[in-house]
Amino acid sequence: MENFTPYSAFLGGSLIGLSAALLMYFNGRVAGISGMIAGSFDYKNSENHWRLFFLGGLILAAMFFNLFVPHAAVTYSRSTLLLIISGVLVGFGTRLGNGCTSGHAVCGMARLSIRSIAATVAFMAVAILTVFITRHLLGIL
Amino acid sequence: MTKNKAALLCGILFGLGLTISQMSNPDKVLAFLDVTGNWDPSLAFVMGGALITLATLQHFILKSPQPICDTKFHLPKTNDIIDKRLIFRAIIFGIGWGLVGFCPGAVLAAFGDGKFEPFSFMLACVGGMVLFNIFHEKNNQSRFKDVPP
Repeated sequence: MENFTPYSAFLGGSLIGLSAALLMYFNGRVAGISGMIAGSFDYKNSENHWRLFFLGGLILAAMFFNLFVPHAAVTYSRSTLLLIISGVLVGFGTRLGNGCTSGHAVCGMARLSIRSIAATVAFMAVAILTVFITRHLLGIL
Repeated sequence: MTKNKAALLCGILFGLGLTISQMSNPDKVLAFLDVTGNWDPSLAFVMGGALITLATLQHFILKSPQPICDTKFHLPKTNDIIDKRLIFRAIIFGIGWGLVGFCPGAVLAAFGDGKFEPFSFMLACVGGMVLFNIFHEKNNQSRFKDVPP
């Protein structure tokens, strides 16, 4: 557990919670990222523009952080093929399941939505199993 | 404060939260999912921080009759419906998440790194969503239906 970073994790998590609370306070919307991405497809409808502003702000803040705040470099060990397979599964699964990590595991669980708790438990268990199989049983990833 | 400005502010906070907590680093996420290996419980603290903050603030926010920039709170109404479809779908998402360690929010935050990998994941992710829309249209459902989690 030498990589455990409880303080920055809790601080970052609190900022995510604050962001979701403010979005509910101002716009009355749930901060589900996959829903915002899917909703942005229909960008001609000005009712959807807030989604693009949120996603733009997210990317800008991350770019700013990466440029000006010293941090350890991230390396990606996965092949492009695996990234594509994983991306399609995540994209398809989030729309099919009406939500991803931000929507179900944060916003839904904070409202004690039974549906979101079930979805979070299910996808977390499957993800843990996936890592166990690929990393320890097969030893390929 | 307009809807768009509020959303921009919230997006900035969300992006800072993801990068400060290192959730934009897929290895950090995989280390959380790897419970039998060199386990890193950080992601649980991210979720804990987010849940405590959001649940506390939302308790007060939802007491007002409406949000500042809209006429109503857009809350999902299907909170207690657990069907086979929800679980099946969560399984598809879980496999994808466990293979690489990216989810839609984290991968957007990883764009800031200037590397190629997050973009290929995001393109495939949008492709998956488009695939879903095609699949869904065949079942005579509205394409851009706003379905919050």
